[in-house]
Parts: sequence; C-alpha cells; structure tokens
Amino acid sequence: MSTLLIVQTLNGLQFGLMLFLVAAGLTLVFGVMDFINLAHGVQYMLGAYLMALFAGLTGSFGLGLLLALPAALASGLLLEALIFRRLYGRDHLDQVLATFGIILFLNEGVKVAFGAAPLSVPMPDWLSGSFRIADGLLYPVYRLAIIAAGLGTALLLWIVVERTRFGMLVRAGATNAPMVSALGVDVQRLFMLVAGFGAMLAGFAGAMVSPILSVEPGMGDSVLILAFVVIVIGGIGSVRGAFIGALVVGLADTLGRSFGTDLLKAALGASAATRVGPALASMLIYIVMAAVLFFRPAGLFPARGRG
Amino acid sequence: MSGQPLPAPRRTAVLVTLAILFAVLAALPWLGALGVKGYVLSFATRMMIFAIAAVSLDFILGFGGLVSFGHAAYLGIGAYAAGIMVAEGQEDAFFGLAVALVVAAGFAAATGAIAMRTKGVAFIMITLAFGQMAYFVANALSEYGGSDGLTLWTRSTVFGQKLLKAETVFYYVVLGCLVACTALVLALTESRFGRALRASRENPARVAALGYDVDRIRLAAYVVSAMLCAVAGFLLANQSSFVSPGVMSWQRSGELIVMVVLGGMGTVAGAIVGAFAFLLLEELLSLVTVHWKLVFGPFLVLVVLLGRGGLMGFLRGGGRG
Repeated sequence: MSTLLIVQTLNGLQFGLMLFLVAAGLTLVFGVMDFINLAHGVQYMLGAYLMALFAGLTGSFGLGLLLALPAALASGLLLEALIFRRLYGRDHLDQVLATFGIILFLNEGVKVAFGAAPLSVPMPDWLSGSFRIADGLLYPVYRLAIIAAGLGTALLLWIVVERTRFGMLVRAGATNAPMVSALGVDVQRLFMLVAGFGAMLAGFAGAMVSPILSVEPGMGDSVLILAFVVIVIGGIGSVRGAFIGALVVGLADTLGRSFGTDLLKAALGASAATRVGPALASMLIYIVMAAVLFFRPAGLFPARGRG
Repeated sequence: MSGQPLPAPRRTAVLVTLAILFAVLAALPWLGALGVKGYVLSFATRMMIFAIAAVSLDFILGFGGLVSFGHAAYLGIGAYAAGIMVAEGQEDAFFGLAVALVVAAGFAAATGAIAMRTKGVAFIMITLAFGQMAYFVANALSEYGGSDGLTLWTRSTVFGQKLLKAETVFYYVVLGCLVACTALVLALTESRFGRALRASRENPARVAALGYDVDRIRLAAYVVSAMLCAVAGFLLANQSSFVSPGVMSWQRSGELIVMVVLGGMGTVAGAIVGAFAFLLLEELLSLVTVHWKLVFGPFLVLVVLLGRGGLMGFLRGGGRG
C-alpha cells in the first residue's frame, strides 16, 4: 500500500505538472487578453506531433525537442497574428466558436499530415530504465525527468513573471489591460508574446509526454478541459493559482482513481464501493471545482485586482 | 461578457425565417417525387431534435446570458428516461416523457440553485462540473448498459399503439414538438417574465432594483430550458433506438453552444438555423471528403471574423451589425 501510494503520488505529481504547463499559458491568455482560447489544447497536441516529426527526422530526442519548441512557438505566434488578434474584445462566445473551428481544423490537419494511427516517440536511452527510490520501489527515470522538467519550467516561469520587466507587464495586463495600454505599452506586442509563449509551454508539455502517451489526433481535447478546471480552481490570470490548481487536479484525479474504491469499501462495504467508487473517482475533480467555485467564485488565488 | 450587446434582429426577420423553415419542413415528406427517401426523412428528424435542444439552450444563453456548458446532461436525462422506461416495460410515451420532465426539472433546480451563485466564466465551469457528474453517473448505470449504452427494443407507444414506429408519423411528432417549443420560448421571451430575464442579462442590478428577484427568474428560466432539452433527449433516444453516456459528454454540450452561437444567439430562429447548418454541413461535407473538418473548421472561423451575431446576423444586412 505505501509503495503504491508513493508511486501514485509521483504519477499524480507528474500529471499535475504537465497540466500546469498547459494551464499556465491558458490562464495568462485568458487573464491578459480576456480571450477564451479553446485552441490551447491542440497546441499541446501540436507539440507532441512536432516532437514525433523532429525526433524521427534527427533520430535524437534532444535535437527533436530543440527543434519542436521553436516550431511550437512559431505556431502560436502564427495563430495569434492570423486569427486571435481579431478576436480580442469580441464576445466570449464568438471566441469560443472561432477557436472551436481551429480545433476541428488542426485535429483533422494532423490526421491528413501524419495519418490517423497513433504515433509513438522512442524514449531516449539515457532516460529509459528505472530508478530505485527505496527497496522494492522502482520508478521510471523518464517520469522523474518529466517531474524535474515541470518543476524547472515552473521555477523559470515564476522568475520571468515575478522578476522581469516583461513579467511585470504580464501581471499588470492580467489585472487591467486597458490601463497598461494607456500607460504607453505596446500591448499588441505583449499579447503576441503571451500567446506565443503560452503555445510553446503547451507544446513543451505535449513533447515531454509524447514518449509515454500515444500521439494521436484529439489528444489535446481532454487536456483542454482539465486545464480549464485548473485555471478556474486557481483563479484566472494567476500563474501561482494555476500551479496549485494543477497539482490539486493531478493528485486528486490520480489518487482518487487508485484508492477511492478501497477507501469507500471501509465506509460502504465491498459491493456498493465497487459500484460507486469508479464513478465517484472520475467525478472527484469536478466536485472539487464546484466546491471551490461555490465558496470562492473567483478561484483560490485570483490575480490581484480581480478577486 | 465582453463585446457590445447587439441590437436584436428585426422581429419580422425572425418570424419570416421561422415560417419558411417550418413550411419547408412540413412539406418535406411529400417531396417523394424529388427523391426524399427514408434516409433524408430520418436525417431531418435528427436535425429537428437538435434544433429543439438548441432552442432550449438559446432561451437561457441568448436571452438570459447564462452560458450552460452542461446542457447535454438534460439531453441525456431525457434520453435515459426513454431508454430506462422502455427497458422496465413502461412503454407509454406520456409516462416516459413525464419522468424525463420531472427528473430534468429536479436536477436543474438543484444544480441551478447552486450555479446561480456564480456568474460569467465560473457559471460556465460549474455547469460543466454538474454535466460531467451526470455523465459519470450514466457511465456507472451498469444495469442499463453502463458505458456501452442501452438499446431500446421498441419506440415508446401512444395509448398502447405503436404510432411512433412509422417514420413519417414520428417526423411530424418531432416537427410538432419543435414548433411548440419555439412558440413557447418566443411567448416566454415576450412575457413579463421573459422581459425581466432579458433585462437581467444587460443589467441585473437595475432589474433587482425594480423589485424582481433576479436569481429566481434565472433559476426558473434554467429549469424551463432543462425541461425543453429533456424533450429533445426523449425524442433522440426514440429516434436512434439507442442511448449511451456519450449523449451527455461535454463535447455534446460544446456542440450545442456552437450551434446556438453559429446561428445567432437570442433570436430563437438562430438556434434552429445553427443546429440545421451544423448538422447539414457536417453531413454534406462528409459526402464530399472524409476530411470535412478541414472545411468546416475554417467556415466557423470565417462566420465569426466576417459577421457579428452568427448566421442570423447576416440577415440584418451588412456583416458588421
């Protein structure tokens, strides 16, 4: 039990950190531009496909990642320049309709370009194998690497958002974008950079999970919904909120599915628990979200000036 | 909600659109000479069923400003009521429909009362949460097929007669439901209650200052909308003789929103046009290419970029509103 608990906690942590990478861009785009970008999930998928493409071409995981990241950034900048910037200031539901169209197009686009069958990205040799955490407790090195990469990126993001001039503008934009514009900041450039780097973060998450998940059309759709759950739990526009929210969702979902039924058995008896357990475990993150929204509609850590 | 509220399309434009649509639909089964066969009829039935669901959503979304991202739950409640009643041997349509309406109203009243505490994006997400909960409950109904779904071995009966079995009869029943729902929603939006609802979308504080209980008005609208959507679900299960949790997935809820926004919110006719356009384009484009989404996706983007207020917005003359 305790070994399993450690393994599942690590899995939950890994899942949560990947969700954070997707949610961070989503929350900033929403917070700064007041823009609901449903196409953020396909940018995660695009990252995985770009990784599959470049890792295949170069035969190297590292080189593949090095090429996939700027390509993901470019895709984000391109979408922003072509479509997103015409949608700022429009009704949220117009944004939903247009970005839903982008989802359909890109999900189908990768199917045309790469085929409908799932692709797999080979794990790099130096990250395969298992790490011995304790006696009888092995954990895949690659998943530890994902956790490290997620934590590292979170730290980097924290430094950028909290300690740089660009980050200051982003935070100011999340609180009051018109005021930032009135102060003479080139908001169009700011918006473009936020959208671009948001796309790159989501793409990075997709690229990192590509060796352990199958790369397929539509893989971003469920991640998108979870990322929305994360950002409303955390508070829209807040990177810190997205971090906490992502860990809450990642851990609650993973641990709920692993241990929920067993815990219920103590309370309800075996037969009722096996009936109710799996459904309740799937619902858990939504129950958490509904509770958070009920008591704190602005989320746990709303961007300053929004709460 | 960002963006400027649009002026409502002219009432005559709405009524003329509706009259043309309903006239064409009523004539459709008589066009056998033009090659209207069973397939076309059953596809048109499906379009009308989704139009009922879209109209029900437009009532709260377009007129009340309440963006429900869990509306497919009510489609599912209606569909499961039909499926479970038939599976339990209660084949009477009125009985099944009554169960659908009562359960939908109960679920909407309970979750709506909680959801009304939130607004804007929080409302969208809390309705998603309740929709997902309903979805996972349906998945757990192992005696009714669980995640595999449930096959209806017969359509519901009317006074013990298998009237709905004939495609043409079922077609006209669905058309009748669509017309009735549309008329009801139009009448409600013109009533005192509907005016207060529409006003609360623009400025809830002023409506409250006039002595209306905004939350109660919204909750009542939410319950009515849920019940209308359950009617669509009940018909859907009868039409396809099948119900599965997929009918209440968040993708379905998203599609309903897309239909309403595509057609034009807050016009009733827009919801019907949107549902028809969505399903018709999907069907026609997929005849041309399996990669129809490559065309449909950019089409949605263009509707937003070139016009305001969806397809009905183009009726106002000039895309810019």
